[in-house]
Amino acid sequence: MKTYTNTGNIDTRSGFGAGLEILGDSNPNVVALCADLTGSLKMNAFKDKHPDRFFQVGIAEANMMGIAAGLTIGGKIPFTGTFANFSTGRVYDQIRQSIAYSGKNVKICASHAGLTLGEDGATHQILEDLGLMKMLPGMTVINTCDFNQTKAATIAIADHDGPVYLRFGRPKVANFTPKDQSFEIGKAVKLQEGTDVTIVATGHLVWEALEAAKTLHEQGIAAEVINIHTIKPLDDKAILSSVKQTGCIVTAEEHNYLGGLGESVSRVLAQHHPTPQEFVATQDTFGESGTPAQLMEKYGLNAKAIVEKSKKVLKRK
Amino acid sequence: MTTSSNLQEFVTQVRRDILRQVHKVNSGHPGGSLGCTEFFSVLFKEVLRAKDHFDMDGKDEDLFFLSNGHISPVYYSVLSRCGYFPVEELKTFRHINSRLQGHPTTHEGLPGVRTASGSLGQGLSVALGSALSKKLNGDKHLVYSLHGDGELQEGQNWEAIMFAAANKIDNIIATVDYNGQQIDGSTDDVLPMGDLKAKFEAFGWDVIEEENGNDIDAVRNVLAEAKSKTGQSKPVVILLKTIMGNGVDFMMHTHAWHGKAPNDEQLEIGLKQNPETLGDY
Repeated sequence: MKTYTNTGNIDTRSGFGAGLEILGDSNPNVVALCADLTGSLKMNAFKDKHPDRFFQVGIAEANMMGIAAGLTIGGKIPFTGTFANFSTGRVYDQIRQSIAYSGKNVKICASHAGLTLGEDGATHQILEDLGLMKMLPGMTVINTCDFNQTKAATIAIADHDGPVYLRFGRPKVANFTPKDQSFEIGKAVKLQEGTDVTIVATGHLVWEALEAAKTLHEQGIAAEVINIHTIKPLDDKAILSSVKQTGCIVTAEEHNYLGGLGESVSRVLAQHHPTPQEFVATQDTFGESGTPAQLMEKYGLNAKAIVEKSKKVLKRK
Repeated sequence: MTTSSNLQEFVTQVRRDILRQVHKVNSGHPGGSLGCTEFFSVLFKEVLRAKDHFDMDGKDEDLFFLSNGHISPVYYSVLSRCGYFPVEELKTFRHINSRLQGHPTTHEGLPGVRTASGSLGQGLSVALGSALSKKLNGDKHLVYSLHGDGELQEGQNWEAIMFAAANKIDNIIATVDYNGQQIDGSTDDVLPMGDLKAKFEAFGWDVIEEENGNDIDAVRNVLAEAKSKTGQSKPVVILLKTIMGNGVDFMMHTHAWHGKAPNDEQLEIGLKQNPETLGDY
């Protein structure tokens, strides 16, 4: 099996900041907006280098979404930055009417998604955002797995004409995907080949899926691991071609099992190739305070959980 | 510039269009539409510097945003009669497969509309974003927006109002349709908003009050005054007193016709009070 090396733990939000900084230099139409979380979103480099193209809107996310929509008129490409909770649920109607329905080219960039936000607790740990965003017609939804991929995705979405939701996180996590990768929206990345079980993971769960595959390999189980960085449009073909080989699947995400990646995969399987599936996801619950590792353990969102669900689904073949 | 009598003919025809649109489909919002007819007519016929090929790229022309999207009948009538799309298309208002949705949208590609509106309170933010875009592009044209007064109960407006002054966005002229009415009654009954002038001023805006928002000359003058105040580091707002249902006597001075269409008989009365001038569609 392939070996992946962690080149050093780093947060995905820093990947966003690095990508945005590059865009600032390369694309004069890129502008950035932030709702009083510039440091948390790692937007300082862009802000310092391009103060005329950076808009501090204060703690006023609804206004930020509207201003971003307006900036697209005349050709700007706005990137909004705040926490995932305030990027979605708080401003759902603004995104729905002023961005999605109006077809505005806004990039909604959301940090601190999911449980790994940690100690701040459930008020900030949104586990429903993928569902909210994927239900909006025309919205592209991306959840990246590490620094390098987040940086590449940030750069790539500037060239995509249409609204995008880009989700990343707070904690320092393994950085293992190629440094200067190209990022293709909607194209799944196969990380391991295997014939016994398919593991489809997104975001922070991708590294966990690789760790799980190692454990499974030691136990004689060959897991195929697919990194689904784009939840919508979903790479149906990659999923279907894998389950036709393996006959069972585990989906893994830092999100509620309702409305997330797992449900999107279920839809594809139900329509085209009914297959036993298990879900590594939160079970319709809010989070709580704790360290990221404690929370991922308690809510069953780590390599250990993926191994357990893989064994469970194997028995259902 | 058109003469006031020419523009009065335009206004009268727009009123007919409003009544006939909502009557045909037995739905829509005639009250606020009629109240803003003079404003729309002066703005689109005399004030807005628009490109004549309607390419909608938003560059090198003045822009208009309607935040209170429910008054789409007046918007559609004026857009069509200014050449944005065929007047005949007014027949399709609120019908299936139409570009003239109940509330305006860019989704169907209707020329003249730059954002969807209908869910209230969002238009000012979008207008401000486009004003910032103009500044970044070195485009000296202006952004105009229209808002209901009841709509100011939505909190997002006050985020936007605060932001505009803080960022010295002085290439925008927002107008509040100050008719004192909303669906459930007068604004004072539903949620009194106090002294709007003082509130806007406290937020750092340049405020112009106009008591006669249904008088063509008064609208013309106040828009000219507002324009003269742009470019001075402050956003500009016009508090435009209008009469809901203006021009159709039984629809005036009441909120009853906010979202109600006239029946056949009422339509006849309304049309008789506004004789055909530029030709019905």
